[in-house]
Amino acid sequence: MSLSDTGLRLTKVELGFGQKIASLNWGLILLLTGTTGFGLLVLYSLAGGITDTWVEKQAVRFALGFSAMIIIALIDIRIWLNLAYVAYGVALALLVGVDVAGYASMGAQRWIDIGIISLQPSELMKVSLVLALARYFHEHTLEEAQSLKWLFVPVVMILAPAALVLVQPDLGTATLLLMCGATLCFLAGVRIWVFGVAFAAAAAMVPLGWQFLHDYQKNRILTFLDPERDPLGAGYHILQSKIALGAGGIFGRGFREGTQSHLSFLPEMQTDFIFTTLAEEFGMVGALCLLGLYVCILAYGMAIALRSRNHFGRLVAMGIGTTFFCYVFINIAMVTGLLPVVGVPLPLISYGGTAMVTLMAGFGLVISVYIHRDIRIPRRPGGPVS
Amino acid sequence: MKRETGRYKTFSRRSALLVGGQGLLLSALVSRLYYLQVIRSEEYRMLADENRISLRLLAPPRGLIVDRNGEVVAGNMQNYRVLLVPEQAKRTGEKLAVSADRTLQALAKLIPLDDFQRQRVLREVGRKREFVPITVAENLTWEDFSRINVHAPDLPGIVPDVGETRHYPLGSHLAHLVGYVAPVSESDPIDDPMLELPGFRIGRSGVERKSDLLLRGKAGSTHVEVNAHGRVIRELKRVAGHPGRKVAITIDAHLQEFATNRMGEESAGAAVIDVFTGDVLALVSTPSFDPTQFAFGLSREEWNTLVTHPRKPLLNKAVTGQYPPGSTFKMVVALAGLEGGIIHAGHRVFCPGHMTLGDRKFHCWKRGGHGELTLTEGIEQSCDVFFYDVARKVGIDRIAEMATRFGLGQTTDLGLGTERPGLIPTREWKLKRTGEAWQAGENLVAGIGQGFVLTTPLQLAAMTAMLANGGVRITPRLVLPADEPLAAPWDADTDPRSLKLSPGNLAAVREGMVRVVNSQRGTGYAARIRDKGFEMAGKSGTAQVRGISVAERDEGLPAIDTIPWEHRDHALFVGYAPIGSPRYACAVVIEHGGGGSSVAGPMVRDILLQAQKTESGRRRSRQFADAVPTPLVPR
Repeated sequence: MSLSDTGLRLTKVELGFGQKIASLNWGLILLLTGTTGFGLLVLYSLAGGITDTWVEKQAVRFALGFSAMIIIALIDIRIWLNLAYVAYGVALALLVGVDVAGYASMGAQRWIDIGIISLQPSELMKVSLVLALARYFHEHTLEEAQSLKWLFVPVVMILAPAALVLVQPDLGTATLLLMCGATLCFLAGVRIWVFGVAFAAAAAMVPLGWQFLHDYQKNRILTFLDPERDPLGAGYHILQSKIALGAGGIFGRGFREGTQSHLSFLPEMQTDFIFTTLAEEFGMVGALCLLGLYVCILAYGMAIALRSRNHFGRLVAMGIGTTFFCYVFINIAMVTGLLPVVGVPLPLISYGGTAMVTLMAGFGLVISVYIHRDIRIPRRPGGPVS
Repeated sequence: MKRETGRYKTFSRRSALLVGGQGLLLSALVSRLYYLQVIRSEEYRMLADENRISLRLLAPPRGLIVDRNGEVVAGNMQNYRVLLVPEQAKRTGEKLAVSADRTLQALAKLIPLDDFQRQRVLREVGRKREFVPITVAENLTWEDFSRINVHAPDLPGIVPDVGETRHYPLGSHLAHLVGYVAPVSESDPIDDPMLELPGFRIGRSGVERKSDLLLRGKAGSTHVEVNAHGRVIRELKRVAGHPGRKVAITIDAHLQEFATNRMGEESAGAAVIDVFTGDVLALVSTPSFDPTQFAFGLSREEWNTLVTHPRKPLLNKAVTGQYPPGSTFKMVVALAGLEGGIIHAGHRVFCPGHMTLGDRKFHCWKRGGHGELTLTEGIEQSCDVFFYDVARKVGIDRIAEMATRFGLGQTTDLGLGTERPGLIPTREWKLKRTGEAWQAGENLVAGIGQGFVLTTPLQLAAMTAMLANGGVRITPRLVLPADEPLAAPWDADTDPRSLKLSPGNLAAVREGMVRVVNSQRGTGYAARIRDKGFEMAGKSGTAQVRGISVAERDEGLPAIDTIPWEHRDHALFVGYAPIGSPRYACAVVIEHGGGGSSVAGPMVRDILLQAQKTESGRRRSRQFADAVPTPLVPR
């Protein structure tokens, strides 16, 4: 493809700072901010009309995440391409470190303390995996992606962190990593039957894997299959959550009127189960509004992916979008009783800093893809621009 | 370039597929939300309300028990108490127990509060949830209570509160009858959710137990919103309950008090009955106990004292005590003979001081004998030989039949729970019970109300009442019916409750009873009523507790003071008054009291005189006055 075909704009490979600022995707930024605002409103209600319990902290986290997002967005997409394997390597090393440390201290160990902040390597891995797979498939042709020979590396890239996260034990994140990785393989062109085989293999592994699950994980799954099994014990979460949702009805009980959440019948109401409070107080209308916001965000991600002129960017944008979608789906399916209870927060709404920072960073990458959408990147460094 | 295009095409196509998949999953979520929030919404809303709304019962005040004059015999007293709400005492950053202890220390400067009490409260603080009030002290004086109220601002967590306790103004005088209330125990059937209220008390004995359901009333309720931990957030609705019903008993509290005082420290039971209505005007058992203590709870020592007391204060001897009736049984024996046609009113017996049956000698209480006696004289002088003769001829089964007609050997359905039936033996009974045939000599022993025969004081009073009212069966009752129908005067001959006794036979027996106290030869002459128009008729009885040996009989009976208390005879006396138109019947049994005529007789005299002077039976509280305008009178 000659330069003249693509017009003058594309000739300019390097963008100035001002240009970058000007070309930030303000629509997406507005959507993300609005969704977070919705979340803050629910937290405000939950705290009983005071802001210093959760709202202020959450707002500060959003501000931090927002800044990170902008900074990440302004960094050239090629730099991210170059850093992809490094980031993945660091994340993997940290995961191993956490597992070893966790073995020593007995019990769930997901955090690593690096002085000022405590970091959850599994969160870092969510973004790094997208970057690494995107780079891998960026550097390989469609034919290569379709052949089994080249599939070995990405499969290991997915399974290694997933396994490490699973033994932490964090079923939710492991699922997220698997789904996200599989989606990227799918988008890269891996043959459909491979997914069929993988799925069949996974199904065959279920009885074996069951033995490796912790008791509380087994309980969660059994409870999911039969919620009334133990209504005051393991089934309590999901039963109370369904009561809250149902009691909300179409129009909800009104802002700050949700009895289930305000009388603390709902456990973890400000974190994983926040959707129930939202749906109790704002009803199905409120829940659909939130889903609408999420769909818009996903649509933006999708549009950005399709408009990118480099494969890395496309895969990164779709990968982040898929991760985001998985968060949304798993969380809502879980609180509505469609999936077992796994610890996955509701993106941008749940109280908590880790997921917020991860997602904002992810969206920073998506915006970076947007800003640098017209940059063509050769498959290999120094190779021809395809 | 071609490769790049292929990659892009695949990517776009698969993206579209992915979006489709995501869309499917999202629509699954939306349908799930629709299912939960629209289709099943109502059901879940109900569950949410069940979650948050808790129904709490409010105990109604217990009904009063009043006597026939409307005097309160069981009421409710305000109980000033102090509660501690631990979370209100808590200072931030301090342990709950530490805060609670500091508050209790401060409280101890205002009211007496010993270490034991403080430890108990602190234990409860550790056990209960921090917003549940804990009782620190109860039954405070008004002075202590107001002092706490004044200092309340300086005592964080201390809540002055007014509760209710059962109170018995007449205390021990009515203890056995009115009974007492006590906390619900695990063995009580929970037939009413009210019973599960903390501190709720139910009737444990006496009228408190008999009329418990009426007295309880109906609990009110309050609907409160609670959170998942059970803490009350606010009250939504309050439904007032009904206080317990007032129950009026037939007792005349003043007569009861008089009789109790008259009997003093004797171990005795007594009953006074209105001979027409069957109203129990007094039912005394001494010694007694203080029922108010039961509502507060007894200490172990107090309880042991009551249980191990030789004169058994907890027992209601008037209905639970079973004693041989002794000579008070002789009217029944006489009537059995007369009504059975075995003897006639002019029957005469010669008393040489004993009667020989087979190789056994049966003695009369009078060593020299009474000489020749008529039936009336036999009752008057309580000649044992006369009744040996009658009983030998009549036989136990006829005697038992007559005794049963007079209500002996059966409970009276007074509803006091602990009531005992006594015993009237028959041939069949003995054979079944002991496997041995009835002996002829046992007829003789039964003829003077000893041996197997057992009666309660209440039964004896009822028997006397039936003799006095012309032979009409009455049932003693303890609770005044709220709406007694206007009763017509009744005729002893045609009344369906009539015992069908010949008036002549009854008159002969009653004549004997009149002479017992009013004839100089009568055994109870010393116990006669001298006030004109108030005279009584009666019959004494002395029941042996152990056999008298031949040696004792030969040497003369030992003086009563020299016999151990538990070997002394039971003293009995039954009587009715006034002679002309009987109204009151009374029976007194004094355990190991000695002679019936000398000890029990004067008591019956005083009680019957008091009953007549105060017109006990005719007075009723104004509340019931309209229902019963005229007392029942025989025609």
